[in-house]
Amino acid sequence: MPELSVSISSITAKKRRPQEALLYGFIYLLSGGAAALVVCLIVYVLAKGLPAVSFAFLSSAENPILETVGIFPSIVNTLYIVFFSLLVSVPLGVGGAIYLNEYAKNRRLVRLIEFAAETLSGIPSILYGVFGYVFFCVLLKLQVSLIAGVLTLAVMVLPILLRTAQEALKAVPESYREGSRGLGAAKWYLIRTILLPCALKGILTGILLSVGRMVGESAALLLVAGGSAMYMPQGSVFAQLSRSGSTLSVALYRYAASRGDNDTAFGIAAVLLLIVVLLNLLTRFFAGRLEKK
Amino acid sequence: MNQAKLYTKDLHLHYGEIHALKGVSMEFPARFVTALIGPSGCGKSTCLKTLNRMNDTVPGVKITGKVLLDGEDVYAKNVDVPTLRKKIGMVFQSPNPFPMSVYDNVAYGPRVHGLKNRLALDEIVEESLKAAAIWEEVKDRLKKPALRLSGGQQQRLCIARALATKPEILLMDEPTSALDPISTAKIEELAVELKKEYGIVIVTHNMQQAARISDYTAFFLLGNLVEHGPTSDIFSNPKEKRTEDYISGRFG
Ligand SMILES: Nc1ncnc2c1ncn2[C@@H]1O[C@H](COP(=O)(O)OP(=O)(O)O)[C@@H](O)[C@H]1O
Ligand SMILES: [Mg+2]
Repeated sequence: MPELSVSISSITAKKRRPQEALLYGFIYLLSGGAAALVVCLIVYVLAKGLPAVSFAFLSSAENPILETVGIFPSIVNTLYIVFFSLLVSVPLGVGGAIYLNEYAKNRRLVRLIEFAAETLSGIPSILYGVFGYVFFCVLLKLQVSLIAGVLTLAVMVLPILLRTAQEALKAVPESYREGSRGLGAAKWYLIRTILLPCALKGILTGILLSVGRMVGESAALLLVAGGSAMYMPQGSVFAQLSRSGSTLSVALYRYAASRGDNDTAFGIAAVLLLIVVLLNLLTRFFAGRLEKK
Repeated sequence: MNQAKLYTKDLHLHYGEIHALKGVSMEFPARFVTALIGPSGCGKSTCLKTLNRMNDTVPGVKITGKVLLDGEDVYAKNVDVPTLRKKIGMVFQSPNPFPMSVYDNVAYGPRVHGLKNRLALDEIVEESLKAAAIWEEVKDRLKKPALRLSGGQQQRLCIARALATKPEILLMDEPTSALDPISTAKIEELAVELKKEYGIVIVTHNMQQAARISDYTAFFLLGNLVEHGPTSDIFSNPKEKRTEDYISGRFG
């Protein structure tokens, strides 16, 4: 009998034990601190950067003779690199994930590839830069160019896309596959009507992660695509891609590191921040649209 | 010459080392309910899946013997498996509606087999939902996600989905094991109703269910078909001691 009353009183006890209160306080402090840090960073970058942002800054190229700065080429280069890299890597990554998850019979080989992809998604990007330089710029004779940058970054984000798409496919219940097969559906039909729609969210998460890495990439791109921000985009897309040029991150690095021009660097940082937010919103918007369908 | 709609002849199945079916020869007549009973792991699901080739892509599986549908070997090289599965539909143990609308779930099978005409699809969807006794409950929410239905409704939707390809035989693998008693009763009623038009094969671990709804019962043990016959005989007057022991609840 006494045991019973003890257990009841411990259930109904209103007071939090002191250790628990301490723990909660600690958790609140940490999460509050993390949030504050992010907000401070954003506010700081915008406050320091936005004064440098003007229409001329956004719409012109750098001119070393007149000593004016402009980042229009870098904005365009960034968008080109992100777009074309995804154009190459998303079909490869998603297609590869479909193959590994739904078709491949050799489990050992699949595990090996998974392991390789996991390792590759963690190695420092400069290694991709060195590889891209030797393989794309020199061996394939693409020279230092945006197209070499596109291909190098496509290789760099491929493991991320492959892994996220694969995880998304693995999360689709086996019972859907069974049900579809039981109705006589071929594998490709199952993939088109059920697996891809179900995996879409995961695939988009992978794309967002990849965009983040590409937009933030500097070292590898400096090596394979060059650092110039002097040429206004002109000619066909292909002609533009075969020239060298810097993305925003590379330009930022160059202004900050080799010239000590911090005002411009912060201006670029502010623009970069806004572009990342914009790309994020855009991806979410498309995700929402596709999900409704 | 065997006249049954569907029958197996000396069917053996190995999953690698596991000998899951050991020479099963039995028939599944049209317009009757055949129940497969036996303790867990005795090969009931395996036997069922063998009938529409749902397990011949399992790695390491080896199947010998024959399964004949209307006298044709289901495992012959020139058999078109999608067509086979159109003729032999399947309902699974836990309800597995696809993450799409009620309508699209039912239309899935017909679309797989190339039907695109909107009016024809509408008609099949309505017919199938009526046949599965769920039309009244979903007719106002055909465009709503199927996953919002209750478990019992989901299972009847899955039956409607299987019926939509106009099968001749319907395989059900413990279709009520995940359902409450009322939904179970509805599905049992449905099975009895459906046998007017379809051959039904139902796996169940519930002996009362087999006794209530089936015309023939087959008792499996460790991959062997121990006894097979009219349900009344199996339950009231089993020939084998092992069948009697199982039915009277002495093991399993
Ligand atoms: N995909 C599979 N791979 C390997 N062994 C399996 C597989 N499916 C079933 N088995 C084995 O085959 C035997 C029969 O299983 P099953 O047909 O599912 O039995 P039941 O449906 O009567 O419970 C069991 O020993 C089970 O472990
Ligand atoms: Mg089973």
